[in-house]
Amino acid sequence: MNASTRSGLDIGSGTLRPCSHPPGARGQGIGHVRALSAALAAALVACLLILAGPARAQDHAALVQRFATESFNDIVGAVNGLATSGAPRAAPIIEALRDGRLVYRASDRAVFIRRPDNSFVSALSGEPAAEIGTTRPVRLNNNVRRAIDAAVGALSLLHPDPARRASAAEAVFKSRDGSALPALEAAIGQERDPRIKKLMEEARAAVVVANPQAAEADRIAAIGIIQRRGDQDALAMLGSLPATTPPLVREAAESAAVGIRRTLAVWEAGQNVWHGISLGSVLLLAAIGLAITFGVMGVINMAHGEMVMIGAYTTFVVQQTIRVLAPGLMDVSLFIALPMAFLVAGAIGIAIERLIIRHLYGRPLETLLATWGVSLVLQQAVRTWFGPTNREVTTPSWMSGSIEIGHLAITANRLAIIIFAIIVFATLLLFLKRTPFGLQTRAVTQNRRMAGAMGIRTNWVDAFTFGLGSGIAGLAGVALSQIDNVSPNLGQAYIIDSFMVVVFGGVGNLWGTLVAAMTLGIANKFLEPYAGAVLGKILLLVFIILFIQKRPRGLFALKGRAVE
Amino acid sequence: MMLTRFLFERIDRGGWVFLVLLGIAAVLVPVLNLAVPPGSMFHVSNTAVGLWGKYMTYALLAIAVDLVWGYCGILSLGHGAFFALGGYAMGMYLMLQIGPRGVYAHPTLPDFMVFLNWTELPVAWWGFSSFPYAMLMVALVPGLLAFVFGWFAFRSRVTGVYLSIITQALTYALMLAFFRNDMGFGGNNGLTDFKDILGFNIQSQTTRAVLFSLSVLALMAGYLVARAIVTSKAGKIIIAIRDAEPRTRFLGYRVENFKLFVWTVSAVMAGIAGALYVPQVGIINPSEFSPANSIEAIVWVAVGGRGTLVGAALGAGLVNFAKSWFTGAFPQGWLFALGGLFILVTLFLPKGILGTFTDWWKRRGETRKPPTASPASQPAE
Repeated sequence: MNASTRSGLDIGSGTLRPCSHPPGARGQGIGHVRALSAALAAALVACLLILAGPARAQDHAALVQRFATESFNDIVGAVNGLATSGAPRAAPIIEALRDGRLVYRASDRAVFIRRPDNSFVSALSGEPAAEIGTTRPVRLNNNVRRAIDAAVGALSLLHPDPARRASAAEAVFKSRDGSALPALEAAIGQERDPRIKKLMEEARAAVVVANPQAAEADRIAAIGIIQRRGDQDALAMLGSLPATTPPLVREAAESAAVGIRRTLAVWEAGQNVWHGISLGSVLLLAAIGLAITFGVMGVINMAHGEMVMIGAYTTFVVQQTIRVLAPGLMDVSLFIALPMAFLVAGAIGIAIERLIIRHLYGRPLETLLATWGVSLVLQQAVRTWFGPTNREVTTPSWMSGSIEIGHLAITANRLAIIIFAIIVFATLLLFLKRTPFGLQTRAVTQNRRMAGAMGIRTNWVDAFTFGLGSGIAGLAGVALSQIDNVSPNLGQAYIIDSFMVVVFGGVGNLWGTLVAAMTLGIANKFLEPYAGAVLGKILLLVFIILFIQKRPRGLFALKGRAVE
Repeated sequence: MMLTRFLFERIDRGGWVFLVLLGIAAVLVPVLNLAVPPGSMFHVSNTAVGLWGKYMTYALLAIAVDLVWGYCGILSLGHGAFFALGGYAMGMYLMLQIGPRGVYAHPTLPDFMVFLNWTELPVAWWGFSSFPYAMLMVALVPGLLAFVFGWFAFRSRVTGVYLSIITQALTYALMLAFFRNDMGFGGNNGLTDFKDILGFNIQSQTTRAVLFSLSVLALMAGYLVARAIVTSKAGKIIIAIRDAEPRTRFLGYRVENFKLFVWTVSAVMAGIAGALYVPQVGIINPSEFSPANSIEAIVWVAVGGRGTLVGAALGAGLVNFAKSWFTGAFPQGWLFALGGLFILVTLFLPKGILGTFTDWWKRRGETRKPPTASPASQPAE
């Protein structure tokens, strides 16, 4: 088995792939084989072991010749022999057999493949055959079909595409089918990719563990390999040993399972933390603008969610424009959408402040009602212009896909949003701590009247803070457009959660918002597996209601006279 | 004797007009609906009876909201929760009245429980086949929830927007909870397909007319109770809390007890409104808990006039009438109109329709008479 094997399979793969076998079905096919009687399986293994070793190119003719028979058992033998032989034309022959297109000439028993246009090619060489006379099809029954399925699996183990090899190895791991062992051994022998080789070795270990004939020591060693794999499939494999397994093997399997469970629990906690941070950063983005306006002006902006929604729709409009004017820029569309969303949402925010909120100073509850009215108007306006249905926002290619760290799946878009949230948070923090405007904002937050007496134009600070908070909501909208449906109700989905973050974290301190967002995000994800998504959320709401009783002004409350 | 004194001393002129008009409606509308033939111009259509009956329950909810917001300064964004809880208590009674007439014809269990393969009634449903018990629960469940919630919130001095937000969280949490099938309250679909109330067919026009009258009577009673509270000595303190809570506390009043009292009474009132609402509309589902509904109730009060009671009821009627008309004429326009109403009323009519009208009336009187020192009741936060 060398380079020629690979190139031969490569030719075959072109015809093998479209044959109605999705990758998942392969495992199933192999699973059928397991259903064969033990005697037949043993016979097959024996047959394979004899055939697999000495098969070389010159023997391929003999192998192919074996199809020219009426006996099903011989055909099964031929399929198995061909699959492990590494014959260059194994794949098209087996495919033709499955489709009932493999025939042999009655006179000299030469084997041909009938092509869809009813011309014939030689099965061995692939050369067209002109006049072939009377032919008989190679017959199929269920045993032959099972053998074909197994053969397809075995051929996949040698497939040039690494993904196909990996999934074939996974399929064997799951089916633990003894008949795949020779093919597996052969594949391990020539596998160069260490990751796939590891998968194949794990598959071999699974076969060995499941094989009642294997020596106890081998089985225990194999259990060690499976334990190192340490995922849910490994656990399932160790848990499904039959009752007749010798006690030593069983014990080893049980202790390995305990070990796997322990590791998995750690990984699962890690995954929860990751999901929690991801949710937390979304909450942070949605809530941080709200926290600023609430901190500075003491008003809850009920239209904040709509600013998020407007940010998401800005992304949609920007992408539509790019699609028409400069399709090449699609991958950077989000970077164009970010400043646009900031400006659009910020401008609307300033307009709301100047037109409405300015007139309601000192009446925070009425501001709440007026901004609720604004939110209804904005929602309905967007619904009228863009329609009530979800809008399609494209995810740039660099934001799709995922990476795996151990048993942790990290999707690129979540990672991007976390990084984005950190950047927004850090920028805002710097802005508030290091710029004159930030200084004035903090002064107004702490003591409005004193700040006014020191010459700060508090009404300008109010307007621009409101614009800033709304602009950040717009940025959040760009991020949310990547993970949520862009619909007129987008803002409503986040507004109550954002309120919870703000009242939990307390006002006037961005760190409070950060801590609150992360705490709620992570707590939510840890509650979900035990209580379910909805109940988990209810528990959190109840927790916050109780928490507010204890600390009416949140985790990080402003201290001093300015509070009352 | 005491009642007469109360009626003549504590009810102002607007209140009398309100009560008399309601009294007339309670008698006249059912008569015009049932006794006058449909062709006559004096006939009140069946739809109108149902619609106005619904508005009456909304008006009662509005008075409940006005009692806490207009007189005690507590902006509750969660009064819809008490309304819906009262509604659910009534719905559970009506559900058990269906008996074996459900789709699955189970002798005791409501259809949705049979559908979920439950074999016996959950504990929360026990006793709801008895009307008096259900009526007790209509008042008790919202009242108890409000009492517990208020006990913690007012004692910890949670005020202002913080309180508003946690009341919103309360109703939101309840909405999520009632959406769950496991809660045993019909999940998403809620409770519906009612047949009988106290043995009377709920679909019959006579029953519906009686329900209308009962809603009007409940509204009148709610108004009288609220009026009795706000004109009492305790009512003075409640208004003082609204206007200057710390000062009232420093004067030695236990602010949280007064707040808790008004809050609980208001919640019970909202619960009764919900209980009358459900048999008239024929369904109760978790969306009644949605925060938007509670906020809409706030706008009724704001439109009608905060701290006027009559204005709150008026606002509920007007806004809902406008809603029915708008959703028929311009379905797209209703949210614009409602949103605009929120903005315009808070900006230009801070006292609402009735408050502005009263001011105008007073000023007209003052230009004729020499000015007297009238204690202006200025609603503040």
